[in-house]
Amino acid sequence: MSGPSDWDDSLTTPPEGAVEAVTAEGDAGPAVGQDEWVARHGERRTRRTGLLGTLEERLAVVPWWSWLTLFVGIICLLPLGFESGYIRRVAFDTVVFMLLALGLNIVVGWGGLLDLGFIAFYGVGAYAYALLSSGQYDLHLPTLVVIPIVAVVGGIVGWLVGLPSRRLTGDYLAIVTLFFFQVFLTATTNGDDIRGESVTNGPNGILDVDEFDIFGWTLPRSTSEGLFGVTYLYVALVFFVVVYVALHLLNDSRTGRAWRSLREDPLAAELMGMPVNRLKLMAFAFGAAVAALTGTFATALNGSVFPQNFEFPLLITIYTMVILGGAGSQAGVVVGAVIVSVLLEALRDANDARGLFYVVLVLGLVAAFRVSAKLAVVLGGTIVFGFVARLVAGGIDDAWTVGRIDDEGGRLADWAANWVIVPPRLDAWVAPVAYIGLVALVLLLSHVRGWVRIALLVPTLYLAAFVWENVLLARPESTRYIVVGALLVAMMVARPQGLLGEKRVEIV
Amino acid sequence: MSAATAPAPLLELEGINTYYGQIHILQDSNLIVREGELVCLLGGNASGKSTTLKTILGLVRPRTGRVLLAGEDVTRLPTAHRIRRGLAIVPENRRLFGPMTVLQNLEIGAYLRPRSDLQEEFERVYSLFPLLYERRSQLAGTLSGGEQQMVAMGRALMSKPRLLLMDEPSMGLAPILVERSFEIIQQVNEAGVAMLVVEQNANVSLSIASRGYVLSTGRVVLEGAAADLLENEDLRKAYLGR
Repeated sequence: MSGPSDWDDSLTTPPEGAVEAVTAEGDAGPAVGQDEWVARHGERRTRRTGLLGTLEERLAVVPWWSWLTLFVGIICLLPLGFESGYIRRVAFDTVVFMLLALGLNIVVGWGGLLDLGFIAFYGVGAYAYALLSSGQYDLHLPTLVVIPIVAVVGGIVGWLVGLPSRRLTGDYLAIVTLFFFQVFLTATTNGDDIRGESVTNGPNGILDVDEFDIFGWTLPRSTSEGLFGVTYLYVALVFFVVVYVALHLLNDSRTGRAWRSLREDPLAAELMGMPVNRLKLMAFAFGAAVAALTGTFATALNGSVFPQNFEFPLLITIYTMVILGGAGSQAGVVVGAVIVSVLLEALRDANDARGLFYVVLVLGLVAAFRVSAKLAVVLGGTIVFGFVARLVAGGIDDAWTVGRIDDEGGRLADWAANWVIVPPRLDAWVAPVAYIGLVALVLLLSHVRGWVRIALLVPTLYLAAFVWENVLLARPESTRYIVVGALLVAMMVARPQGLLGEKRVEIV
Repeated sequence: MSAATAPAPLLELEGINTYYGQIHILQDSNLIVREGELVCLLGGNASGKSTTLKTILGLVRPRTGRVLLAGEDVTRLPTAHRIRRGLAIVPENRRLFGPMTVLQNLEIGAYLRPRSDLQEEFERVYSLFPLLYERRSQLAGTLSGGEQQMVAMGRALMSKPRLLLMDEPSMGLAPILVERSFEIIQQVNEAGVAMLVVEQNANVSLSIASRGYVLSTGRVVLEGAAADLLENEDLRKAYLGR
């Protein structure tokens, strides 16, 4: 989301003599770089025509803050439509993810520094808040004092952890930051006996952390019925808007451009006179400060903090959000956070997950083939294939077509059970064979072309449905991450720069 | 150039000895670039050209010897401080920021300039390279080689340097563009910027330079007026192939 530079407008007229000089050069022999192809580069960009094209053009001129207002507005109105504490809580968690993704984007997306210790900064913020506003040391500092303290502490810790980045890049920096992450986990887990003194209470965590208290107004973390205290959703949104706007301005500033040039080519950036080391440390400090800030209100809502809240899967999740949405793009990582967060929640429930699976499957096919004869062949073929396969399986052994006894599933589950072979009990060998077979088929698919591919696609789709119904839906906890992983792989193949990321231009 | 009228030296390397670990790269190198001069530094592969540039820029530190910029000892100063004192470079292979626009590339070149001077720098660079103005919102990575060379020079000039270092400006350009590129170098030099051009292409660079140095295995083996060097038999054999 670089946006046009602010100098663009101030120089709408060429300097005197520029136009004449260009024409004069035309006669003086071949002018440097007067290249036909490049001159027409702009015209060659294909534009969509018709309604979609117009829509695309209109949307392209909507300023960033309108999108932000719309997006935040929708989340604000969400509690009006949904009484459910669960949905409100999911919305809150999504905002937490959005903030963490924004923070990670500073270091990874802008600075180009591989930081695997990022979640530790979130943890530092959470523990700092908990220590300063709980009975642990009987400190109950006012919230408005604690928040800036935590942000500064987070920034300083980020600065310190970033120090090795002066000499290390890439994998080596990743290892050092990962080491810091482990140090954080070890320290908090064993922090119940530091010279006989309990600092973090170890695995038992710090309990009874204060709620936010702003000018004497205590924000309740739960309603009288024990539901999610919706004020925290608004608190989270305030944090989000402040951080988003601040980062947008930062990205558009001299420092933002310096970060990006640092990411593209550190040596060239240094040759332009940039204080490369200071810029790297700043990226670490800013990212860590955002993560630490997020830790404050998340802890205030949870009322407690444990070392287990900050484990490796959370880091991977945030990275997935950033990569999926497009590292370097603020709007992208926010969209990535929403997608991954909502997806992970939807996949908890087998029936929601089932619907999602078939919808995505059909949409994917439509995207790949458009509305065409091929699409009809593949869809029709797969459906017929399913019924035939089920008939054959029934002919071999009746038990295979009994289907799942499931009253809760609804119409889609009934339909799926009549189409997919769902034995009441799987032999132990079936699940791994089917799963590995599916992966092998997908790999094979990427190596064949034409009608062979379409013919192979039919059994692959059916096998996918089989694996989904029999293997994956049975274990939602691991399935969630497998699905997100598959999504990430698909995204990297189709759009390596992520959803809203900038396309990389390689200089040869 | 007689001693009485010689302009003040802008860059001086005094008895530079640079090592990479145990390997002695530059051996007692001396080099001077005066105000407004166009000097070329010639040498084949592994002759120490790049190391000389790195030493000037502060990317490597010499074990002994001094680097002076306008009389000031900068041997111990980091790169950014040397850039601030009027040094700029067009690196080998240009090293543009591909996914950024021409305009943003130029802005980055002016990183150390106060904001109030930016407008002036832009106008100066645009009047030298009108094409950059036309292409200002295009991504640098989508430009042709010759255009990229111009962006790289424009980017270096944005910091208003007194001495511009050029590392292999002819690399990767078609022969006709090489000639054109050297015309531009001459033009920039005539605008008052001293230049140190590091090149393998001795013929073209000597034809525009006032003086030249020839490096071989880390030693300055020849130095003198460009016209004399062009006539030098040894040099002709070694670099011009005839």
